[in-house]
Formats: sequence, C-alpha cells, structure tokens
Amino acid sequence: MNRMLRLFRTSIGSKLLVAATGAALIGFLFVHAAGNLLVLKGADALNGYADWLQGHPLLWGFRAGLLLLFAVHIGVSIRLAHENRAARPHRYRRIARLGSRLPGRLMPVSGGLLLAFLVFHLLHLTVRTVGPMVEPLHDGSGRVDVYGLLVAGFSEPWIAAVYVAAMVLLGLHLVHAIEALFQTLGFNHDSYQPLIRVLGPALALLIAGGFASIPLLVLVGVIGGGS
Amino acid sequence: MNFTLHIWRQPGRNETGAFETHAVTGISPDLSFLEMLDVLNEELVGRGEAPIAFDHDCREGICGSCAMVINGDPHGPLPGTTTCQLYMRHFDDGAEITVEPWRARAFPVLRDLIVDRGALDAIVQAGGYVSVNSGAAPDAHTVTVAKQAADAAFEAAACIGCGACVAACPNGSAMLFTAAKVVQYALLPQGAPERSRRVIGMVETMDAAGFGNCSNHYACVEACPKEIPLYTIARLNREFLGAALGSREFIELERPHAHEE
Ligand code: HEM
Ligand code: SF4
Ligand code: FES
Repeated sequence: MNRMLRLFRTSIGSKLLVAATGAALIGFLFVHAAGNLLVLKGADALNGYADWLQGHPLLWGFRAGLLLLFAVHIGVSIRLAHENRAARPHRYRRIARLGSRLPGRLMPVSGGLLLAFLVFHLLHLTVRTVGPMVEPLHDGSGRVDVYGLLVAGFSEPWIAAVYVAAMVLLGLHLVHAIEALFQTLGFNHDSYQPLIRVLGPALALLIAGGFASIPLLVLVGVIGGGS
Repeated sequence: MNFTLHIWRQPGRNETGAFETHAVTGISPDLSFLEMLDVLNEELVGRGEAPIAFDHDCREGICGSCAMVINGDPHGPLPGTTTCQLYMRHFDDGAEITVEPWRARAFPVLRDLIVDRGALDAIVQAGGYVSVNSGAAPDAHTVTVAKQAADAAFEAAACIGCGACVAACPNGSAMLFTAAKVVQYALLPQGAPERSRRVIGMVETMDAAGFGNCSNHYACVEACPKEIPLYTIARLNREFLGAALGSREFIELERPHAHEE
C-alpha cells in the first residue's frame, strides 16, 4: 500500500493512473459502441440487449467501477494540468509551438467538454429527463423501448448535433490519448512505433465514428425511417 | 547584415524585467549568434550601458550553457544546434529577433538571459554513485558490454544538460533530460547494483524541483540540440515503473525534500 501511495505521488505514477484508467475507459467505450450498434439489427435486438443489461446482477458494481474510473482519470488529470500551468509562471512572448500538436494541447478542453456531454447523455437516456420521450415507454414485450427513444431523440436535429459534436471531441481526445498511453506505460520502440502511430487514429475513428453513425443514420432516415 | 533585437532585460532574480529593443548593424553573416551579442555588448559598454548578460562557455556546442529562446525556439530555429553554433546567415537580413531566457519555475532568471539551471544538477546528484572495484585497474573486457547497449547508452549520454527540453515543453517538464541521464547508465553493467535507487532518486528529485509533468507533447525532442530520441522517455517510464513496483529501495529510501525556491 505504502508502495502504491508513494508511486502515485510521483509525476510518472500519476501519469500511470491517467493512462491506466484511460485505457480501461477505452475498453468500456469499445464495448458500449459495439452494443449500441445493435440498433442496426432493429428494435428487438437493441431493446433485448438493453433489458439484459438493466437486469444484470452486476449492473451496480459495474456502474460503481465506471464512476471510479472517471473520477480517478479526471481528478488526476486536473491535478496534473494545474501543476503543469504552475511550472511555467512566466509565459514566452513568442512561442514556436514546437512539437505539440493541437489534439494534445486540447486534452483538458476536449476532456472537460466530454464530461459536460456525459452529464447531458445520462440525463437524456439514463435518467430520462431531457429530450423527447416516447409514449408508451415500454415496447410490446414490456422492455424499455430504447430503440424508440433513440429515434425520437435523434430526430431532433439539436440533440443529434450535440451527440455528433461530442463524438468529434471524443475522437480528438483519443487520437492523442492512445499514442500517449503507450508512451506513458513505457512502450515505444522503433520496431512497433509506426504501428502505434496508425493504431491510435484508427481506433479513435472506429470508436467515435461508431457512436456518431447512430444519430447520423437516424437523421437521414436509415434508422427508424420505416416505423 | 542588420537586425532589430527585442531582448529580455532583468536586473536580478526577484526583480521585474521587460523587453528592450536594440538595432545591430553591419553584422557579418559568419558571426555566431553569441558573437553578434558580443558586438552589441561592446557598443553598450562603449555607451556606458550595462551589457546583456548571457551564459556561454565552450562556444562549440558541448557545454550546454548558451541558453536563450530565439523567436520562440530554444537555441533558435535550426534543429540540432546550440545558440553558439547558430550563425547570423541563418536569419534574413533586416529580421526582427526576439530573445528571451528559459522560462520555467525551476529555472529562476538570475539576470537578463541567464537562468539558474541548478535544478538539473540536483537531479544528477540524486543519481548517486556507481559502485566499482577500486585498486588495480581491471583488465579490458572483464566486463563485457553488447555493442547495441553501448551505442544506446552513448546516444543518451550525448545530453549536454542545456535545459532546452524544459524551455520548449509547454509544461516546463524535465523528462527528456532526466530520461537521458537515467538511460545512459540503465543499459550498462557498470552501476547495475544502484539501478533502482538511481531512477527513483532522479525522478523524485525532478518532481520536487518544480518541473511540470510530461503530457506527451514531445516539444522537447524537437528542441533538443543533441537530438535525444523520444523513446528515451518511454524507457525512463519503464525503468521507473519497474523500480517503483518491484524494488525494495522504493519502500526503504527516504523521499527527497522539495527544492528550495
Ligand atoms: C470518455 C472517456 C475518456 C477516455 C477513454 C479517456 C482516455 C484518455 C487516455 C487514454 C489518456 C492518455 C493518458 C496518457 O497521457 O498516457 C487521456 C488523457 C487525458 N484525459 Fe482522458 N479520457 C476520457 C475522458 C476524459 C474526461 C471526461 C476528462 C476531463 C475532464 C479527461 C481529461 C484528460 C486529460 C486532461 C488528459 C491528459 C493528461 C496529461 O497528459 O497530463 N479525459 N485520456
Ligand atoms: S535532453 Fe537535449 S535539450 Fe534536454 S538538457 Fe539534454 S541536450 Fe539539452
Ligand atoms: S556555449 Fe557551450 S554549448 Fe553553446
């Protein structure tokens, strides 16, 4: 325990926390996106999947775990960002902005806006107090009509726009995050670094694009158009 | 050649500074940037004004003391070059050039362009000693080193401790410097018994000195005049995480105290 406390007080140990929780959150997002894409198979598949999740005995354990991941990830990265600002009390008059590319510099901004989106998203589809609701809320088999909620919600252009914009931010966060994650954990070698360079943007695009495709497909009428 | 210089002037450590503008004329394109400043300083002294204080020693790119940020680039716009090896022909005639000191909490300005880079020395000191057999000189090749390890150690050992990595980093982080100083030993059999305590001491001292954390922007690598590669930092992370998770030293060693401001 003493060992872990001492580790997390160091800069590299703090980065390990951000990277490890970030990696776990990426794993969650990947599964979440794959589950959501059941919407392509129709109302029955999606509602059945949602119903199974809702009734899962580990649901609350899983939610607590996610909350912890987010809390540690956000808490530690805010502390790091503060320390980083304090380490350069006097700004340069001119900066050539060597090396540091835009997604990297925007990490606190993309992260902060993602947190705001997370609150909106939970209010929309988990607590269900924001956005259009469906009547009746349950489908023919007595399950929550998640499919109907998605179609009703994303048919409102502003809600679809919020989701798509948030996924652009997510993509931006992940483009930097995935490459950074390997570096923080100590993986960087000439033999596989080119692969990581490709993997980062590809995985970011896959996850963010997978999520964003749903509101876009609803808006153009491919999903929910017939019903 | 003629130039307009905007140079940071600051009389002392805790005093306020400001930019001062100076015109320099008739400069030979073959003068180094430091020699151009020498010419300006002679003029200033001739007029009875205080010369611009800047650090320099070897003037051949190996001592690491010629610290200054030129037009937003540590050591100027040329990659892999120290200020003393930067020549005025690398600038356009008539250019406006902004010259500032390294900016980092861990590097307080002492005067004009001179900063105190002592925090880097504190990191090196925290690396401690390397145990060797004293007495008669050992035969050559009693300790064998693989060519790859020797080359990689040498690559890291090229670091001249100039602090450009800290100056370039948006977070004022000293990770590239510390990585170079750790990695130059980590691959060699000499000093292997101190391997864990060395990386622990150096990283914790770096943290205590008030440098920022690495956010993987990699500005350091582009600024480094010795082109220390990025994977050096990944290797430092590996070395440190390994020592922190696996060594007895991490539980037993005392933590370093915060660097005095
Ligand atoms: C939505 C899920 C999220 C995922 C999958 C994720 C993933 C990651 C990963 C993998 C990293 C790289 C760690 C490293 O540098 O090694 C990272 C960094 C970061 N994240 Fe997130 N993140 C998420 C949400 C957030 C949120 C909501 C915030 C802020 C409120 C945030 C703020 C940051 C910051 C500031 C960094 C950079 C830390 C630094 O380098 O100093 N992230 N993220
Ligand atoms: S790593 Fe490069 S930039 Fe940093 S101190 Fe060493 S030589 Fe200078
Ligand atoms: S004066 Fe020694 S490196 Fe420039």
